[in-house]
Amino acid sequence: MLAGPGGDRADVITLEAVDLTKHFPVAGGLGMGRGHGTIKAVDGVSVHVSEGETLGIVGESGSGKTTLAKLFLLLERPTAGSVRFDGKDVRSFGRPDMIRYRRSVQAVFQDPFSSLDPRMRVEQIVGEPLIPGNGVTRGMVRDRVSEALQLVGLRRDSAALYPHEFSGGQRQRIAIARALVTTPKFILLDEPVSALDVSIRAQILNLLKRLQDELGLAYIMISHDLAAARYLATRLAVMYCGRLVETGACEAVYAEPLHPYTEALLSAALPLHPSARRQRIVLKGEVPNPAHPPSGCRFHPRCPRAMPDCATVEPTWKEAKPARLTACHLY
Amino acid sequence: MPLLAVEDLKTYFFTRRGVVKAVDGVSFTLDAGETLALVGESGSGKSVTCLSLVRLVPEPAGRIVGGRVLLDGEDLLQKTASEMRRVRGKQIAVVLQDPMTSLNPALTIGTQVREVVRLHQGLRRWALKEKVLEALTRLRIAGAQARLGQYPHQFSGGMRQRVSSAIALSCAPKLLIADEPTTSLDVTIQAQYLDLLKEVQASAGVAVILVTHDFGIVAANADRVAVMYAGRIVESGTTLQVFNRPRHPYTQALLRCLPDVGLEQEQLVEIGGQPPDLAQLPPGCPFAPRCPDRLPVCEQTLPPSVTVEDGHAAACWLAPAATART
Repeated sequence: MLAGPGGDRADVITLEAVDLTKHFPVAGGLGMGRGHGTIKAVDGVSVHVSEGETLGIVGESGSGKTTLAKLFLLLERPTAGSVRFDGKDVRSFGRPDMIRYRRSVQAVFQDPFSSLDPRMRVEQIVGEPLIPGNGVTRGMVRDRVSEALQLVGLRRDSAALYPHEFSGGQRQRIAIARALVTTPKFILLDEPVSALDVSIRAQILNLLKRLQDELGLAYIMISHDLAAARYLATRLAVMYCGRLVETGACEAVYAEPLHPYTEALLSAALPLHPSARRQRIVLKGEVPNPAHPPSGCRFHPRCPRAMPDCATVEPTWKEAKPARLTACHLY
Repeated sequence: MPLLAVEDLKTYFFTRRGVVKAVDGVSFTLDAGETLALVGESGSGKSVTCLSLVRLVPEPAGRIVGGRVLLDGEDLLQKTASEMRRVRGKQIAVVLQDPMTSLNPALTIGTQVREVVRLHQGLRRWALKEKVLEALTRLRIAGAQARLGQYPHQFSGGMRQRVSSAIALSCAPKLLIADEPTTSLDVTIQAQYLDLLKEVQASAGVAVILVTHDFGIVAANADRVAVMYAGRIVESGTTLQVFNRPRHPYTQALLRCLPDVGLEQEQLVEIGGQPPDLAQLPPGCPFAPRCPDRLPVCEQTLPPSVTVEDGHAAACWLAPAATART
């Protein structure tokens, strides 16, 4: 299963966000004296991902990556815009469509120490998404669970154990098995290796890549680790303060970042060898508060290449190069 | 004489499951103004090593059971509790991973910086205030004067870490222990902080022990590296020696398994297995079960640390042979 980026075959299912927006109302905080306001956590984001590819979503804390993930998982209701699955708006879903969506879109979270219930056995954790009934028997659940455990490289007899009997890397494998058990098409990976030890990260990243090749999965990988994102992603979307600032094929973005923020983000990545110590583009200032985003381009107060227009006019989303979209006045 | 010499430090935890040898015979030295990176995974003993240096190992379960920690030739392990209180903050300062937990949320930033300066330098009133402002300004807290009355939650993550570094550096310590100082920070803020740390370190001449699990941080900031595994230093040397000619299979594997932000990679090199259980260590080399180059002797006897080149040592049975080959 190798649907390349942008594969427009009719049988390829696509998960997309169209102009997705999520604003959170905030009451005036203690002593802040600001009255009511909104946090524009996600503001007009459009991305899509098809079977077999990996969309990497990178950005810093407060950029809205996690809210975007929750919108995809239907854990939050969008303020505007929509999530579309196989061409259909999820809000128009009836029960059968919704069941299909839940089965097809699964998630693996960052911290396997908090994402697994300590009082459930592995068998129960992994089998939980498969509810017995409707012609599904316990035997079928058990078979499917041991199949999933095998896929992620855990022994079949781990099924009877509790999460505390496993190390961090193995727990993340359990979480992946739970995501796989419904034979999904899409898996949302929210910082899948950030909580793991360095020597274990490669194991999990390789496992995710192998599963993708074998099962034709699509991943949406949320990460602040640019190296890990580069390893898995085929396309990249860079977020800043609730907005997309740049999208494009992963290799193209890494080779030639268009938006000054992407450039700074890549430059801030640490060297892999002391001889590669170089002049980094060190951004001044802090990540802005999404409750009070800067005017114009949200990046302008920190941008090394800001022009007078940047502070007043919000840049439009445009194709700066073939298949490379960015929102910046430089283009 | 080096600024700090740690000799055969042993810190054990006595638990119901048995004795956990969190730090088991760690030795290293540090010169004034130098940066030593202590690298390892969780459970390798890097944080307990640091806590042992300032004698803050959680008691009664944890105890320093052996070794010496010589700061300017004086053994810190022989000092009384009240003598230690004058060392901490004054001569050795610590910056911890998460500034949200190391700063007191109920006290203003001003109070927290003032406390240290008043205790260790005995300053009062205007002199005190000036010193506090100087400490904050040096770590680039803009508008320090106005910010003295604010609480930690009113600061961003990067600023909080700079405030806790300002507290640490306010009394001009000789040694700064930074335990994963950037782990809770964003990538661009991490770059900011590391550059600032380097700059302040150079101007103040303070030696730094940088605890990290990230070889990127080592490559960016350290002069020397000590790699820890299961409570021991398995390899140490200058940053260039360790990156160019890693001698311990664990170091080699760690360096190889990192995804490279500058490269398109088909497959990452994995380290098989899991980090060991410190309460049930094998008799030989603790890395042996995961080691690709394992020999029969590795499972029997713990390898001693051998010097492979000037300033570069590795605790591996293969290290001397590798030296002979090159």
